[in-house]
Amino acid sequence: MKVTLKIKRFNPEVDKKPHWESYTVEVEPTDRVLDALHEVKWTQDGTLALRRSCAHGICGSDAMRINGRNMLACKTLVKDVAQEGGTITVEPILGLPVLKDLIVDMEPFFAHYRAVMPYLVNNDPLPANGRERLQSPADRARYDDTTKCILCACCTTSCPSFWARGEYVGPAAIVQAHRFIFDSRDQAAEERLRILSEPDGVWRCRTVFNCTEACPRGIQVTKAIGEVKEVLRTGVIQ
Amino acid sequence: MPQYHQFDALVVGAGGAGLMAALHASQRVKTAVISKLYPTRSHTGTAQGGISAALGNLEEDHWEWHAYDTIKGGDFLCDQDAVEIMCREAIDAVIELEHMGLPFDRTPDGRISQRRFGGHTNNITKKPVMRACHAADRTGHMILQTLYQQCIKQNVTFFDEFQVIDLLVDDGKCNGVVAVQLATGEVHVFHSKATLIATGGFGKMWKVTSNAHSLTGDLPAAVLRRGLPLEDMEFFQFHPTGVYKLGILLSEAARGEGAVFINGKGERFMARYMPTLKDLAPRDICSRYIYKEIREGRGVDGKDYVYLDFRPEVINRYFEEDGNPKRIDAHYLETRLPDIIEFARVYQGIDPITQPVPIQPTAHYAMGGIPTNNDTEVLADETGRVVEGLYAAGEVACVSVHGANRLGTNSLVDLVVFGKRGGIRMAEYAKQASFRPINKDAAAAQASAQLERIRNSNGNERPHAIRKEMQEVMDEHVGVYRTGAGLEEALDKIHELQERYKHIRIDDKGYKWNTDLMEAWELGNLLDLAEVTAYSALWRCESRGGHFREDYPNRDDVNFLKHSMVWKNGKLEIKSKPVRITRYQPEERKY
Ligand code: FES
Repeated sequence: MKVTLKIKRFNPEVDKKPHWESYTVEVEPTDRVLDALHEVKWTQDGTLALRRSCAHGICGSDAMRINGRNMLACKTLVKDVAQEGGTITVEPILGLPVLKDLIVDMEPFFAHYRAVMPYLVNNDPLPANGRERLQSPADRARYDDTTKCILCACCTTSCPSFWARGEYVGPAAIVQAHRFIFDSRDQAAEERLRILSEPDGVWRCRTVFNCTEACPRGIQVTKAIGEVKEVLRTGVIQ
Repeated sequence: MPQYHQFDALVVGAGGAGLMAALHASQRVKTAVISKLYPTRSHTGTAQGGISAALGNLEEDHWEWHAYDTIKGGDFLCDQDAVEIMCREAIDAVIELEHMGLPFDRTPDGRISQRRFGGHTNNITKKPVMRACHAADRTGHMILQTLYQQCIKQNVTFFDEFQVIDLLVDDGKCNGVVAVQLATGEVHVFHSKATLIATGGFGKMWKVTSNAHSLTGDLPAAVLRRGLPLEDMEFFQFHPTGVYKLGILLSEAARGEGAVFINGKGERFMARYMPTLKDLAPRDICSRYIYKEIREGRGVDGKDYVYLDFRPEVINRYFEEDGNPKRIDAHYLETRLPDIIEFARVYQGIDPITQPVPIQPTAHYAMGGIPTNNDTEVLADETGRVVEGLYAAGEVACVSVHGANRLGTNSLVDLVVFGKRGGIRMAEYAKQASFRPINKDAAAAQASAQLERIRNSNGNERPHAIRKEMQEVMDEHVGVYRTGAGLEEALDKIHELQERYKHIRIDDKGYKWNTDLMEAWELGNLLDLAEVTAYSALWRCESRGGHFREDYPNRDDVNFLKHSMVWKNGKLEIKSKPVRITRYQPEERKY
């Protein structure tokens, strides 16, 4: 099928500000938007810059705004966002500085991620038998949903609170904190909760649900944020 | 003027092997990791089914069984002392990952859960054994995330989105690397005492592949350019269950949970060929029989695919036939295999719970690569002489623990075990070594010249057209079935493409985030590795593991129980070295 990709372009070595450019390509309806972007890059205009790697929704490289919504280009099929002869608009995710075309500076995003202590803390001696720490299947299931995060930033950069204030840690960082707060093996919940109770922590979330809709991994992001808020309110992790 | 950095230890690549090495090296010496991707984008994250270790959490198991299975799976080309190290150390490595926080699935009593996987057996009964430790079907994702989390905790230094262009090798010693910062186009010289390469695979020389776009073999190609050899490049694994046409991987864990192959006549054909392990025979064997079915007209609708069937009622029917008391339902599959079920739904529009899934073999894993000894030191030749200060681990390396065919889950075992060994080893070396002098301006100029040649090239060839033709010829002639004539044709074609590559033209002449330039440079690397792969495959006149020659259909231990080593100094040159055998004598491979 024929589709037109209307892409927001910005080349820092030439442009003062971004502009739109359109490219018409011939693709299969079941091709990924990433394939269509490659078709542009490989056959029409090699200067188009984007990040991508795995091409099946696991590495988190290619979050972008497709028809106004955050998606992974590799996990979005052309037929789901355009009809024959139609147009797909593609722009970089919002709220992070654009470096070139669809590539944004991810450092502020990762800085928030690092701020919530995204790693297991357990200072007890290791099991004397040299084996694994035990964890019941129920305790393991408690935080399963938030282990799926691939740090693509679809959630954080769809959040109006983050757009309004980049200092807000954002949904992705809270998801990461959740993954450890609810892990029965972890001992640093208190410290993480202190970080998240600060003015730029969880309370900036206004429960808009954009993050949940945007998550390409199907994580119940707003629910996870709600559970963290609940712990802050009640002081009980359950 | 290039930017200049100095570190005792440098790790190139930030997947499982690189991060494991970095964690252990950085506890000992000043260390940095350089990666062309953000670490969490690395391809380790796409590994699905599990990581094997003879924990024996659910049934009797021993690391010696794991070793035997690995060696037999590798069609007796593995270096057996290396396999013994891997399978023995796998147990502690998996426990170490758990201690780092890896969210393994659990047994009812809270221990790490394990499941069946292709080629992993109880050596007495010969039946599949539960050895693969798993976290749903995203075990690799969990490993990558966990290791990166630990790196943050330890404050490891990263240079993210830096592409390494060249290795500084002088007088048989490695003194660091030259890299370009993708965001700026600036050249950086990294001076080191020890450098470890952990950049993963290079499956992008094929069209139908499970490999990420970034897997272009940049560092093995750099090794080759520096006059060093690559080992066993003819052995590349074609995984039997790729999504039809796309090549996206559907984990062997599906078959570990009971899924079966079904041909166009509705037959479970693997039971015919491999009566004991059936659908859980090793990958090379399954891929060959899939194509045999297709060639003999038993593909689905006469086409070039078969089904992977994991509908609960089908699984249960074959459980019953096999005398397995286990029964499963849709909910069970959704929790054990959520990601691959989603892949089929998203990319094929097929719901595996109610429909069989069209699959075809997909180029998946490099058994060959940069030759190393058991301490991850890179080898300069067939006698075992090492390149001082240079190390390699993970898929990019050839130790060789996988021989002619890797067993499922062993890639993850390899990268944690040898990543750790490499990290410790390089740090110990760096502690007692001193920095050797380098000429940083000359080094930077030499690396930049590679890129400037492409940037300023004004030919009329589009890199994409060359890439496409390379991938097509590799799919056609350097795939599951090979012949001497086909390999020669492939080699001729690759040489033609290498000629044309000299006359390419790119659109982007800039410096910042010039992905046009980087892709064109990567293509050059792929062409070099494709050439070496076809050349090695032509040399090996026998069939073993993942390398099947229709004109030499049998294994030939008299002439070919040995590893290939290829150099490219002007022209290609091939030598060989013996396989190290400890306690497992080569035998016929039956399952
Ligand atoms: S390219 Fe990996 S998530 Fe899209």
